[in-house]
Amino acid sequence: MQRDHKPKLAVWKFASCDGCQLSILDCEDELLAVAGEVDIAYFPEATRAVARGPYDVSLVEGSITTEHDAERIHQIRKQSKFLVTIGACATSGGIQALRNFRDVDQLVKAVYATPGYIDTLDKSTPIADHVFVDFQLRGCPVNKYQLVEVLSAYLNGRKPNTPSYSVCVECKQRGTTCVMVAQGTPCMGPVTHAGCNALCPAYNRGCFGCFGPMETPNTAALSAWWQKLGMNAPDIVRAFRTFNAYADAFRKESEVYEHPHHQG
Amino acid sequence: MALQSFFRDSPPLVLEQQHFQALLDALRARGYRLIGPTVQDDAVVYDDVESVDDFPTGWMDTQSGGTYRLESGGGETLFGYTASPQSWKRYLHPPVLELWKALRTNGTYRVASADPPPRLAFIGVRPCELHAIAIQDKVFLHSEFVDPHYQARRDNVFIVAVNCGQAGGTCFCVSMNTGPKAAAGFDLALTEVVDGDLHYFLVEVGSERGADVMRDLPHRPAGEGEIEAADAILTNTAASMGRELDTNGLKELLYRSYESPRWDEVAARCLTCGNCTQVCPTCFCTTIEDVTDLTGSEATRVRKWDSCFTMDFSYIHGGSIRYSAKSRYRQWMTHKLATWVDQFGSFGCVGCGRCITWCPVGIDITEEAQAIRDGSGAAK
Repeated sequence: MQRDHKPKLAVWKFASCDGCQLSILDCEDELLAVAGEVDIAYFPEATRAVARGPYDVSLVEGSITTEHDAERIHQIRKQSKFLVTIGACATSGGIQALRNFRDVDQLVKAVYATPGYIDTLDKSTPIADHVFVDFQLRGCPVNKYQLVEVLSAYLNGRKPNTPSYSVCVECKQRGTTCVMVAQGTPCMGPVTHAGCNALCPAYNRGCFGCFGPMETPNTAALSAWWQKLGMNAPDIVRAFRTFNAYADAFRKESEVYEHPHHQG
Repeated sequence: MALQSFFRDSPPLVLEQQHFQALLDALRARGYRLIGPTVQDDAVVYDDVESVDDFPTGWMDTQSGGTYRLESGGGETLFGYTASPQSWKRYLHPPVLELWKALRTNGTYRVASADPPPRLAFIGVRPCELHAIAIQDKVFLHSEFVDPHYQARRDNVFIVAVNCGQAGGTCFCVSMNTGPKAAAGFDLALTEVVDGDLHYFLVEVGSERGADVMRDLPHRPAGEGEIEAADAILTNTAASMGRELDTNGLKELLYRSYESPRWDEVAARCLTCGNCTQVCPTCFCTTIEDVTDLTGSEATRVRKWDSCFTMDFSYIHGGSIRYSAKSRYRQWMTHKLATWVDQFGSFGCVGCGRCITWCPVGIDITEEAQAIRDGSGAAK
């Protein structure tokens, strides 16, 4: 496609495991096409070369967990025309948001030999709590085909095809038999955002909810059904407290079962 | 022509079970790819079949709201299961279908069409599913606009129907007048009879193509006792439906019930996951996705199943007009059992029970309809 200039792409890391950045490298064949269409201006996971901003597209991985990062994300936002958060950490606070349910000082004392060296915020929060985000791509990690789709949509000036309906729709499209109905396996699929192409049910596992809440999640109805399948309150808390524990719908549902006497 | 008179008003025939493979061979010899019931992922799933060994011999299912269990009963029956997780819809109206592709080269572009679909033979289409296919025919073929993609698949299909020797726990075809015996819409219709050492199929021929296939197979005219045995099986099936739906004045009832408190009650349980619409053999809604590659040299238009339970489905500028679960469930059920009648001249429901079994939380359309009829907002 004819363009005035190649868009400059930057990839930023906050509190995260680097798995989403690795999904970019995992694009393999498509990665050459990506490199052909954009200038990779900043991507420490892949290259030491650094080009100065501003950047046309910034992909942001990770959550905000320190004062320093809370300031740094504002600098990145200022330098970025189009900012895309990638993955569960950046979009909901990630697995590290499990600490949001506890007293962080106690956790620091329990985990680190010299707690005095640790300087951290009380909560792990998503990028959108701090700056305006143009597009959010879900997943732990993100799906590489969706990542290429978002870049391709940006380059071609169209809307990305990343539906926010349930994982169930993807199961049915690929012809996977429902593991919850046919085997009684608890599954997060009905309340979870599509995007992984229903990976786990295709391998006979219940969905773990890596992509966070779907557009209109009815978590209460799903929990009620799980109890009929034999799940107890601690199981239900654990099911909702994984990679998207601090996403609103999952957080609220886990809190209902964390203190069962509060159940209405 | 002799061939034409062969099947019209012809009495039923008998195909012995040991010649069932010959039926598969005769269809394959005519260039059909065979799709039939197979056991996979703890369910009977329609997929490619080669031989009689691929069929779910002895497997039976029990179904209820939100629950499906498959077990081997150890018998010899090939078609002892009831409704499968998904219908034949995925072959006639595929869940993801590339419509066309545009390729850019040297400042211009050309359009490439998708490959022509394969010739399929469906083995084991249930009577309710024949009705579902007839309903989708009406939607895609018998209206002002003919869908060429559906037509290309539909025109080539050879249908071997199998009447139901047992009713499933969520079946209600008797209520919808769609089973358990096939009346039309098949090339061949079988009723499987297993009685002691006897194992045969009573065969009704429904088309020229069906008659042509039967001529290749060892068969004989059915005796009176054999016809009665098959009839007795179907009578028993009709008497053992797992569910029933009172269709008396149903359309008018739903038109009167837009403000029923029951919609709030069901909305509290509905996951808005879309499973009911995906497994429904008549739901036909789709969305279009345009996909481009990174270089902008290739663009593909893809049609995918959609669902009235998604937010995008009713998205117009400014937002979704069916924001609540209540409005989405009401839209779906009212379409199936009321507005469909005005739109297409029949119910959009054939009583297969899939939406009940495969709803992850077991919401039951027959129970909801009855609750609305009873004027009750409370769960039972």
